[in-house]
Amino acid sequence: MHNTVRYGLGAALAMSVSATALFADTVKIAFIDPLSGPFAATGTNGLNQFQFAAETLVNDKGGVLDGDTFEVLGFDNKISPKESLIQLQVAIDQGVRYVVQGNSSGVANALTDAIDKHNRRNPDSQVLFLNYSAVDPALTNEKCNFWHFRFDGHADMKMDALTDVIAQDDSIKKVYVIGQDYSFGKAVGSAAQSMLAEKRPDIEIVGNELHPIGKVKDFTPYARKIQASEADAVITGNWGADMYGLGKSILDNGFEGPIYTYYAAADGMTAAFGEAGKDSIRLISEGAQNPPPTPQAAEYIEAFKAKYPDGNVSQSRITNTIEMLAKAIEEAGTATDVQKVAAALEGMEHETMWGGTVYMRPEDHQAIQNMHVFVHTNDDITYDYDNSGYGMLTESTIENAGADTPTTCDMKRPS
Amino acid sequence: MDLVLVNLIDGLVTGLLLFMLSAGLTLIFSMMGVLNFAHASFYMLGAYFAYQISIYLGFWMGLLIAPPLVGLLGAGVERYGLRRVHQYGHVPELIFTFGLALLIEEVVQFIWGRNAMPYMEPEILQFTAFSIAGNSIPAYKIFMIFTSVAIFIALLFVLTRTRVGMIIQAALSYPRTVEALGHNVPLVFMGVFGVGTALAGVAGVIAGPVLTTFPGMAVVLGSIVFVTIVIGGLGSLWGALVASLLIGWLTTFAKAYNIRMEDILTGVGFTKPEVIWDSMWQDLWSLTSPQIADILPYLLMVLILVFRPYGLFGKRDV
Repeated sequence: MHNTVRYGLGAALAMSVSATALFADTVKIAFIDPLSGPFAATGTNGLNQFQFAAETLVNDKGGVLDGDTFEVLGFDNKISPKESLIQLQVAIDQGVRYVVQGNSSGVANALTDAIDKHNRRNPDSQVLFLNYSAVDPALTNEKCNFWHFRFDGHADMKMDALTDVIAQDDSIKKVYVIGQDYSFGKAVGSAAQSMLAEKRPDIEIVGNELHPIGKVKDFTPYARKIQASEADAVITGNWGADMYGLGKSILDNGFEGPIYTYYAAADGMTAAFGEAGKDSIRLISEGAQNPPPTPQAAEYIEAFKAKYPDGNVSQSRITNTIEMLAKAIEEAGTATDVQKVAAALEGMEHETMWGGTVYMRPEDHQAIQNMHVFVHTNDDITYDYDNSGYGMLTESTIENAGADTPTTCDMKRPS
Repeated sequence: MDLVLVNLIDGLVTGLLLFMLSAGLTLIFSMMGVLNFAHASFYMLGAYFAYQISIYLGFWMGLLIAPPLVGLLGAGVERYGLRRVHQYGHVPELIFTFGLALLIEEVVQFIWGRNAMPYMEPEILQFTAFSIAGNSIPAYKIFMIFTSVAIFIALLFVLTRTRVGMIIQAALSYPRTVEALGHNVPLVFMGVFGVGTALAGVAGVIAGPVLTTFPGMAVVLGSIVFVTIVIGGLGSLWGALVASLLIGWLTTFAKAYNIRMEDILTGVGFTKPEVIWDSMWQDLWSLTSPQIADILPYLLMVLILVFRPYGLFGKRDV
């Protein structure tokens, strides 16, 4: 029954799309991410941000080329790699040339392989994979390919910045690492272990464990273990419902030390952590909001909040993705020959509204940009999350984080 | 040692919560032979209703109003949906409740959106009741324990000590005879369905603040509830209680202690292969209990089905 509804909707969508295609050319972008299930909130908010970015940053400014407009279409992959490949095929059949995806590196690994294969076999309908959030280092190292671009810093780059901050804090003697049981969670765990061993050999890792992704109902037993280990700080790469549950359990259990995270903000989390998380929750990310880095950024956030009062601009890399794609299409002079667009994206330097520049490193298609460590607080917050009064305040900034991280990528460019 | 006590309490909370869900489900099953797939959806509705009410009238009114509301809705579903489908047999009933579960999830997403709702514990219970070895036990958890125990006792009392309970139990085994004696059996069915879903509603109201009120909450708990009543024995209230507590403690302890497969295997007498990454048993050797904690109840269910198909306390075959 679920399927019939979806096919029905798909058909209706396809019809409406083909109807508009008669009048003006649209550059279709497929957003393949979870729009149902435990991670639906993360996916839906991402889709809203993409559609808003495409609307305000490209379409309202006259579009690309001769007035071509961006259209972002949502495809629900239920966070399953298998489902994602089906949705990818559906998207390609609808004439999509650009795929954006970010939630779950497991999905990204499957997509990047499938797209590489598809492009080799179908030179007439090649697609680009713009990865805005899947941060498994492998994607721009051993698994890199010409069609994949990552606009977020990868797990090791972020952990490098995070461990720099931890290394400066002498009160931290014991660290607990916990993550989701899949490629990204494991990458975070091993990076934390090796980098801390190098920067602060005196820090003891009192726990390093993985839990099933999206399946844990109650994180209390994990929180108890963390408390019992007498850890001074927690490091986690959790996101979505898993971050919400873990963070809430740890805070409820009376843990007061810093909790270093990758994604513990917005999507209802900031509101839920509230006072308990103040000065405890830390987050490493690009794109500062408090204080607002530029007037454009402030204007953008306000416009977004006007349209989606319950939403958050939680993933600023989405605007970079859209703006850089538009720029690359302009430069290449075509939106259909993605090989030229990819060539234009390589090595692009983009002045971002979030401050600094984003440099798309040609060797591995990894974006190099400023990273910040934020703290969850209600002091000096201009733009809060979840209308809660709490937001993420910039605590420290790492300029062009990871610009010197080596890559093992051996990029094979199509000739 | 202190941690054992903490985990006992945590497991008790999880188990009792599960009990409130499975009690309703098992009651409905024993009465009508319907496996209600939408049961966890009523639990979700309980949480959302209570959240909406708590915005205007506070948590306690939510606790008071939301479950009867869910119960009324459940009774309505029985009266105008299930009863009509009933005459076509059990398979259409199953499909009906399955469809209902999907429908409720979509409706919830349509009204409240996909984000988690900021549904919180009442302020009066936002303090630490006591702490054991640095682990704080929130007062809210104690409140959850007392509420569920009170509900269990009330349910047991009604079912075994009152006239209504006797009629229900009679209608369970001999519906036609009870009808011939002048009792309105369809009304009894509707009542049981309503009470069963209201119980799920109560579970939702008190679990919402702890386990997050979001549209996926029904799916996350849906399958485990069925596992519970199969282990406990379909139709048995005591079985549901024992199975719930068993599952609560089993998963909590499995998560709280890193029992490694390696230790078990070497303990049994196997030797670890030298080059573990080349061994085909690598995954088995590197397994730890927190990784498989949430699968253990399913394993238990399979074992129960093999060795005692009618469940721990059940009287008939599944």
